Amino acid sequence: MITISAIEEIFPALMKGINITITVLIASAFFGYLFAFIAGLCRLSNNIVLRKFTGFYVEIFRGTSLIVQLFWLYYAIPILFGIDLGSDWWAGVIAIALNYGAYMSEIVRGSILSVAKGQSEAATALNMSRFQRMRLVIFPQAVRMMLPEFGNYLIQMLKATSLVSLIGLHDILYYGDILRSSNLSQAPIVYLLVLVFYFILALPLIFLTRKMESISKKGVAS
Amino acid sequence: MTEPIVTFKDVHKSFGDVDVLKGIDLEIKPAEKVAVIGPSGSGKTTIIRMLMTLEQPTSGDIFVGDQNLWKMEKNGEFVAANEKHLREVRGDIGMVFQHFNLFPHMTILENCMTAPIHVKKEAKKVARQRSIEMLEKVGLGDKLDNYPSQLSGGQKQRVAMARALVMRPKVMLFDEVTSALDPELVGEVLEVIRDIAKEGEMAMILVTHEMDFALDVADKVLFLDEGVIAEQGSASEVIEHSKNERLQSFLHRFRS
Repeated sequence: MITISAIEEIFPALMKGINITITVLIASAFFGYLFAFIAGLCRLSNNIVLRKFTGFYVEIFRGTSLIVQLFWLYYAIPILFGIDLGSDWWAGVIAIALNYGAYMSEIVRGSILSVAKGQSEAATALNMSRFQRMRLVIFPQAVRMMLPEFGNYLIQMLKATSLVSLIGLHDILYYGDILRSSNLSQAPIVYLLVLVFYFILALPLIFLTRKMESISKKGVAS
Repeated sequence: MTEPIVTFKDVHKSFGDVDVLKGIDLEIKPAEKVAVIGPSGSGKTTIIRMLMTLEQPTSGDIFVGDQNLWKMEKNGEFVAANEKHLREVRGDIGMVFQHFNLFPHMTILENCMTAPIHVKKEAKKVARQRSIEMLEKVGLGDKLDNYPSQLSGGQKQRVAMARALVMRPKVMLFDEVTSALDPELVGEVLEVIRDIAKEGEMAMILVTHEMDFALDVADKVLFLDEGVIAEQGSASEVIEHSKNERLQSFLHRFRS
């Protein structure tokens, strides 16, 4: 039975996990965007080694499952190479960031390539250097195109953070699982509330994505 | 005799298997106004794009003043120019494009100011002042904070000219600058070009389909046909008195 008292009991228990969910989201979004820009720019580089290497990274991380990558970082790599990522929090953050960074690097690359060729030519005619053309003309326009997609991936990253409960991080889902295992009959209400939690967290991100879409509509080449 | 500011020596250009230019020899004096006419696909635009370093010639030499544009000396030998060399030599050249190519994320004032600040390292205040003056000159002093998307085609093209002029080029290239405009907007753009031409100090190369305009503004007209300069001379010589049959039939299509 769904009762008010059950909600009163479950809600504060889930609240304990919100801290981990949000910090993992913020950190993995930060590093995810960072990796996306680095990998996206490397794939456009003139250096073939750099291009192939980042291409390899992108395909590996896009082509395998995030949860297996998470287990690799948390269980396998410390054993194989003796590399300790410091904590399970860092393992979760790095796995999500590497995975979404790979996806988003394609957005970075595609957006830069889709800035009209005439823009670069006009910048050349003003005698800008290659770096100035990128920094002053191409990149600011490309970023506007990236924003809406970046927003969508941010929402996906929020949902991906729930996987860190599987390596023992105490996020919202972790506390939900604990409650369910102590009282199976409460499973429906527990998981309903977990969904509500994620949805409430996603709301501002959805709003942010809309905002980014309207920003990106302004000031892009015709 | 004044030294030419631009010299082409036996310049060839092919795209894949297609030979677009088959040996162009050309001299342009400082302050000279040259119109390049000819059927589409004759390579008119390619000539000025190579001068702006947007297209690399397949063979031959292009000089700006006495500097070779596409080749530089290294240990006594001439090798393909690098980015640094291109930047040094093309600094005196400016270009206006058929499709304007304004920077859509900048206001029109920023469009004009950016290159003087970043490329010429001018003080922001100076660059701003000069840009405002230039935009006033092309009749857009009241649009400084507008974005390109808020302007008409003719206004955009005038901004593009102001943006190029602020860099004080010695040679200005015009690539069919009225072709993308609605007919009623062509006049305002030609008028600005005419004003610039009257000031006189700058050499101009105009690739154009506006024959009457070419006749009016240009000191010299080049008729380009099948990859070579088929006819050249003063505007009246070429446009009114030439015996070249292909030129006559080309002109006839415009006059009818």
